[in-house]
Amino acid sequence: MAVTLPRPHAPAAPVQAAPEYGALPAYRGFISWLTTVDHKRIGILYGSTAFAFFLLGGLEALMIRIQLATPDGKFVSPDAFNQLFTMHGTTMIFLFVMPMSVAFFNYIVPLQIGAPDVAFPRLNAFSYWTFLFGAIFMNMSYFVDGMPDGGWFGYAPLTTIRFSPSHRIDFWMLGLQILGVASLAGAFNFLVTIINMRAPGMSLMRMPVFTWNTLITSFLLVFAFPAITVALILLMFDRFFGTNFYYAPNGGDPLLWQHLFWIFGHPEVYILILPAMGMVSEILPVFSKKPLFGYPFVVYATVAIGFIGFGVWAHHMFTTGLGPIVNSFFAASTMLIAVPTGVKIFNWMGTMYGGAIRFTTPMLFAIGFVSMFTIGGLTGVMHAIVPVDMQHQDSYFVVAHFHYVLFGGAFFGIMGGIFFWWSKFTGKLLSEKLGKWCFWLVFSGFNLTFGPMHFLGVDGMPRRIYTYGENQGWSGWFGLHWLGWNMVVSIGAFIIMAGMLVFIYAAIRSLLGPKNAENDPWDGATLEWSLPSPPPVYNFAVPPVVRSRDAFWAWKRRPQAVEAGENVATLQVAGHTVGHAEFEEEHPS
Amino acid sequence: MSFPRASGPGRKLILLGLVAALLALLSGCANVPQTTVMPKTEAAEKIQDLYVLIFWLAVVVFILVQGGLLYVLWRFRARPGHELPEQTHGNTTLEIGWTIAPAVILVVMAVPTIRTIFELESPPTVLANGLPPLMIEVTGKQWWWEFRYPEIKRPNGEPLVTANEMVIPTGRTVYLSISSDNVIHSFWVPQLMGKIDAIPNHDNRIWFTATDPGQYFGQCAEYCGIQHAQMRMNVIAMAPADYEAWAQRSSQPAQPETDIAKEGSEAFVTNGCAGCHTVEGNPTAIGMVGPNLSHVGSRTTIAAGILTNTPENLAAWIQDPQGIKPGSFMTNQHVRPHDVDAIVAYLHSLK
Repeated sequence: MAVTLPRPHAPAAPVQAAPEYGALPAYRGFISWLTTVDHKRIGILYGSTAFAFFLLGGLEALMIRIQLATPDGKFVSPDAFNQLFTMHGTTMIFLFVMPMSVAFFNYIVPLQIGAPDVAFPRLNAFSYWTFLFGAIFMNMSYFVDGMPDGGWFGYAPLTTIRFSPSHRIDFWMLGLQILGVASLAGAFNFLVTIINMRAPGMSLMRMPVFTWNTLITSFLLVFAFPAITVALILLMFDRFFGTNFYYAPNGGDPLLWQHLFWIFGHPEVYILILPAMGMVSEILPVFSKKPLFGYPFVVYATVAIGFIGFGVWAHHMFTTGLGPIVNSFFAASTMLIAVPTGVKIFNWMGTMYGGAIRFTTPMLFAIGFVSMFTIGGLTGVMHAIVPVDMQHQDSYFVVAHFHYVLFGGAFFGIMGGIFFWWSKFTGKLLSEKLGKWCFWLVFSGFNLTFGPMHFLGVDGMPRRIYTYGENQGWSGWFGLHWLGWNMVVSIGAFIIMAGMLVFIYAAIRSLLGPKNAENDPWDGATLEWSLPSPPPVYNFAVPPVVRSRDAFWAWKRRPQAVEAGENVATLQVAGHTVGHAEFEEEHPS
Repeated sequence: MSFPRASGPGRKLILLGLVAALLALLSGCANVPQTTVMPKTEAAEKIQDLYVLIFWLAVVVFILVQGGLLYVLWRFRARPGHELPEQTHGNTTLEIGWTIAPAVILVVMAVPTIRTIFELESPPTVLANGLPPLMIEVTGKQWWWEFRYPEIKRPNGEPLVTANEMVIPTGRTVYLSISSDNVIHSFWVPQLMGKIDAIPNHDNRIWFTATDPGQYFGQCAEYCGIQHAQMRMNVIAMAPADYEAWAQRSSQPAQPETDIAKEGSEAFVTNGCAGCHTVEGNPTAIGMVGPNLSHVGSRTTIAAGILTNTPENLAAWIQDPQGIKPGSFMTNQHVRPHDVDAIVAYLHSLK
């Protein structure tokens, strides 16, 4: 039964926050961070660890770009270069984008679905510590034999013991396996949480879109990781026990690795991008002051991408000689996946159409996502054109393409998410002025870095080369042997670095400053904005009852309708109990 | 929080970026030997035709989407004193429209794509100049290329073997059988054809027909270890008569003429070079690890396309292979300076 709800400007909370336990000794001090099972603190652990690895991966990228700025670069040795690009890719994918997405899953999803925590809080802590161990383990390779140098894709037979006899690949292979355990445990946790712990009334089609994307990403993780697990176990047997799964002279097939790797690897691309898409789908409506346009279609499109994502892996293998029939099939399936992707882009534009757009920092990053991801999507379709891919495959054109998807896409989405939810995480505001400097520096640096890579790819520059000659035409403007697109690309990389330094400065200044954030600084739509910033342990005293999408927005705008008993846009507080004695309090109902 | 203020730092940066890009474009095109957009064979032209089609389709979609986005951002920017916008939730007709429209564009792309995939699969059945395709077996090595010509027999009946420079006739289809006996490589000479991987236990094929005599440059396109970057190659297309002469000359062993070259022939063996390199006509030089050097004197480059084949470069390469190509399997045999000169003279006499 509905309770009488206050007027829109009345301060009373529509949601009862849990009592503040944060001041108790159990929630203070260094040790409490080691033992915590609170989803929000684990989220912060995930996020700060991932950001540290982002800095490491970014440093590796800068070293790559110093080496390649001019022909015949002498900054690092070929051996070091191969380690750098291997660990840049591995770090950014497995140690930054994935755990950073999981940080948002952890912090935001239980709040959005009105739950006190994830389904298995201890398993959640296990996931984090396993991830941290795996990440450290992999990087320990540096102190033993040098960093892994087989590429993030680890193609056999180069990674077999005959061609990579050192322990570098062992660290990479076992490290990935450990990270896989962490990812799988986390994915199952979020599946169970989202399926079972939604607030009363929150049907699947009332779920916030970020939660939807978390759900589908978790399914992708559960179905994709077994393939890489098997691939890595076979590699381990080849390396440690002398089997011949990938070793051609004894009858093994190197293509087996590629199939297994990309059956995992392509869904992995969606594992990286879907969380960011979810964040953008939350940010665009809030700063357009409109609900997400075509919500069901966005959801179906996400589901469709999840399904089709398992049927396109061989487009990474168009030049391996799979034959015209296989190539045609995967060309068609790859083109097909552009359709739901397009649907999402159009719906994001439909969301902004007719709105009142506020150009805040999170909104700038979200708009940047839509714009840059479109470019990455278009070049992605180009790679579905098999004959064209025979020219572009393994050239800088591909490097440009997937950075438009993963930097212009996943990273912009994550940055948008950080600026959007920062006040919820910390209770403090981030400077909008510095935020905009950060955005415009990163945005222009990004395009300066990855735009010209298209030209270099078309000019025939292959990926993963540690050097190139003056006679190859990838430099030499105005007769200056050192000047060319490669120099522009490298300068762009340092502009990105400048933008990120602005962000770090803004973040530190905010963290050292006072707690000045309101609960709902952006006029948000989803339940997390109804809680204090940061929310208390266990979040809600009682599960909120949800009667529509964008439950909090609806409550703020239409209280009269709620009072009138209309079954629209209603959020109620009902006397449910949460499985914890302290919370068993009756609410007048 | 209005638009102009928001773009304060942004506008300057965008302007700066545009000026930089314009300057770069105005600087003109340097000579780019591995460009993918100036095809020199019919096969590569088929790829180029597809690329041009998809490129312009992408440009149209790009302009429509980005233009639409900019329009929406400008038109619907928040203004002071605005009211809550109308809360629209969706429009099924629009959804169907923007599902079908991209699908139609994709079909327009898919039909010529699949047609070209099949066209490029096997060499044309109508023979150019009445000659069957010239078969060449390409093997990717760490980090160089080996080419075997089953059609050209050496005196002992074995096929001609060369390295890093592939000589082909113009006007005749070349059919490459590409493989590897170590890790995966990828054969890519962009102006002749797209790339195809060299994979152990796999026999991958591409074909093309060069029309213009000249040099075409390429390099390995699949990460294959420490010297992936310096695994280049060079295809030399010759008029049919020149090609026949080359084939005739190459099938016979070259012999050193001068005294120093003859001395070098022995130094080549005593310094251990012969353990890795084959030289036809030098009975001890039968090594199979490194490139076949039987006619190395006629090549334009050494060390897999990275150095011009001058006496100075060859001497430097012999004396410091690990400095020039770190990690390569060419070892420094600490050859005495006099022997270096002799070996250089010997190798350059092998034409």
